[in-house]
Amino acid sequence: MATETSHHVAMTLHDHLPMLQVLIPFIASPLIVLMGARGGLSWLIAFVASLASFIVSIVLLMEVIDGGFISYAIGGWAPPLGIEYRVDAANAFMLFLISGISTIVLPFAYESVKAEISAKHHTLFYSCYLLCFTGLLGVVITGDAFNVFVFLEISSLSTYALIATGAERDKRALTAAYDYLVMGTIGATFFVIGIGFLYMATGTLNMADLAERIADQENNRTIKAAFAFILVGMGLKVAIYPLHLWLPNSYTYAPSAITAFLAATATKAAIYVILRFTFSVFQPSFQFEVYALEFIILPLAVLAMFAASFIAVFQSDLKRMLAYSSIAQIGYMLLGIALLNSTGLTGSIVHLFNHGITKAVLFMGVGALVLRSGSSFYSRIRGMGRVMPITGAAMVVGGLSLIGVPGTAGFISKWELVQATLERGWWPLAFLIAASSLLAVIYVWRFVEVLYLHEPAYGADHREAPLTMLVPIWIMALACIYFGFATEITLGAARTAADGLLAGTTGMLESVTSTEAGH
Amino acid sequence: MTFEFIVGHINYWLFIVLMMTGLYIVVSKGNLVKKIVGLNIFQTSVFMFYISVGKITGGTAPIFPLDMNVDPDVVYSNPLPHVLILTAIVVGVATTALGLALIVRIREEYGTIEEDDILDIERKVASDENRLHGEAMGGRA
Repeated sequence: MATETSHHVAMTLHDHLPMLQVLIPFIASPLIVLMGARGGLSWLIAFVASLASFIVSIVLLMEVIDGGFISYAIGGWAPPLGIEYRVDAANAFMLFLISGISTIVLPFAYESVKAEISAKHHTLFYSCYLLCFTGLLGVVITGDAFNVFVFLEISSLSTYALIATGAERDKRALTAAYDYLVMGTIGATFFVIGIGFLYMATGTLNMADLAERIADQENNRTIKAAFAFILVGMGLKVAIYPLHLWLPNSYTYAPSAITAFLAATATKAAIYVILRFTFSVFQPSFQFEVYALEFIILPLAVLAMFAASFIAVFQSDLKRMLAYSSIAQIGYMLLGIALLNSTGLTGSIVHLFNHGITKAVLFMGVGALVLRSGSSFYSRIRGMGRVMPITGAAMVVGGLSLIGVPGTAGFISKWELVQATLERGWWPLAFLIAASSLLAVIYVWRFVEVLYLHEPAYGADHREAPLTMLVPIWIMALACIYFGFATEITLGAARTAADGLLAGTTGMLESVTSTEAGH
Repeated sequence: MTFEFIVGHINYWLFIVLMMTGLYIVVSKGNLVKKIVGLNIFQTSVFMFYISVGKITGGTAPIFPLDMNVDPDVVYSNPLPHVLILTAIVVGVATTALGLALIVRIREEYGTIEEDDILDIERKVASDENRLHGEAMGGRA
């Protein structure tokens, strides 16, 4: 018990990494407004902050990948009374994904934002972007239930503003942002009601402490109500199938760079929160939780896989098609969670990562097409694969990964999910996963056909995308292939994360008594 | 459920009433500003809920005497929910401000803040797009 002395020990920079992870973009955001009014400086600050955050996340991931965790007490106030940041394999992996995607999307954003948003708004745009980034990192890293809500709202509010910046191209971005604001606020408020119930029943907000105190209160009705409110509230943010209505328009009308960033990170952070609450705070052995996952989440996940894929097939706009495909892919992740076994959870976490990089390729590719052809409608991007061969090839790689063709990242996670269903003995589900992948073949083929098997449209700019776009797109496309072969990194981290989550309370308890970094 | 139970939990009943009122307004009203008002009522109900949670029967304001000689017999209310809800109030204000700003921009672009009229305009834009770019399925309008 070194709690008493540890407050007075001078800590090195290394000990403050969990805080720096969130603090760097958070401080850079107002800095942009203060300094970056001219030229590309605002972009540069955003990129440097994002890169620094990415490096921090790599160091953190290296430290916890073997199954330990880091507990950081903010301001030296020991948890459970103070706010705790807690980094374990699950959220270090998420931090790595979010900051990595952000660092790669930002160079792409430079040209894309220049083309899609008028120059006078660039400063505020990048400032908002960093706030959104901060919020997502905070949601993932914190070990305090109410803190999740605060960061969630930081990221949500800036997301609404960022989506609305798409109004310069299409005024429907405004109504999309408004719809998202209304639904997002209802979701976040539901979440905070759930936290309120938990606080009522336990008198604590620290997740590890919560888990310990509700461990034997399975039949407490307050706890049950809390779970219901948290699941529905976060479900809105995740876009679980019937709660997805905000997503297609938001993704379609937001600026391309924002769509690429949000599709790869925002819903994933919300899924992480669901994971954290279902496994680390509430016990996966609670009967009501098993029922909720098996009888509500599982059917909805399967419904999403088919209904959203089916709608995606009949789209005339590539960006909207990818938005519907995102809803379907979220179905796969929820399916993995609802299976309630280690393999399913691993598959879910890997799919979260793989789908993140896959959608980043595709949405960035769409952004490059929009830059040259002015629109993402199939009729406008016809034949663009021939005049932009490098972008087109990357999008084909992304498309293959979306289907889950062997040799791409998408295959690994779907394979893991199929294995998880077989482990549970639910073979019809394995069949359904394969069947919905066939729907993905159809919608991916549609855009590949449009890109390559038509004469290039007149009126479009027949040049390849600029290098600042091609490099990020291809980094992600190569990542799609790389993680299709080198599976030990993603699968290894995801397994450690899944085991940590399934260990539930037992894995989290130690740190309640310790504020020091380490195990 | 005794009479005492119902009266004793009056603030929780009011929380439910306010919450449902707010949600109903958000869903049923077509005017965008009224939706934001509904959202505000909905959020305010949660503030009331948290503050009710902090109340302890017979508890007084949680302020310690200056000399810190705390009388162990005095019961204090729990101040933490109040602090939490201060944060939530700030979030609520920010949401309202952003929502209203969006409504101003929507009014500039669409010339109306009635949802039905906006949907009509969007439907028309969408059907023009469909004619130009081929039929599509789903979507808001």
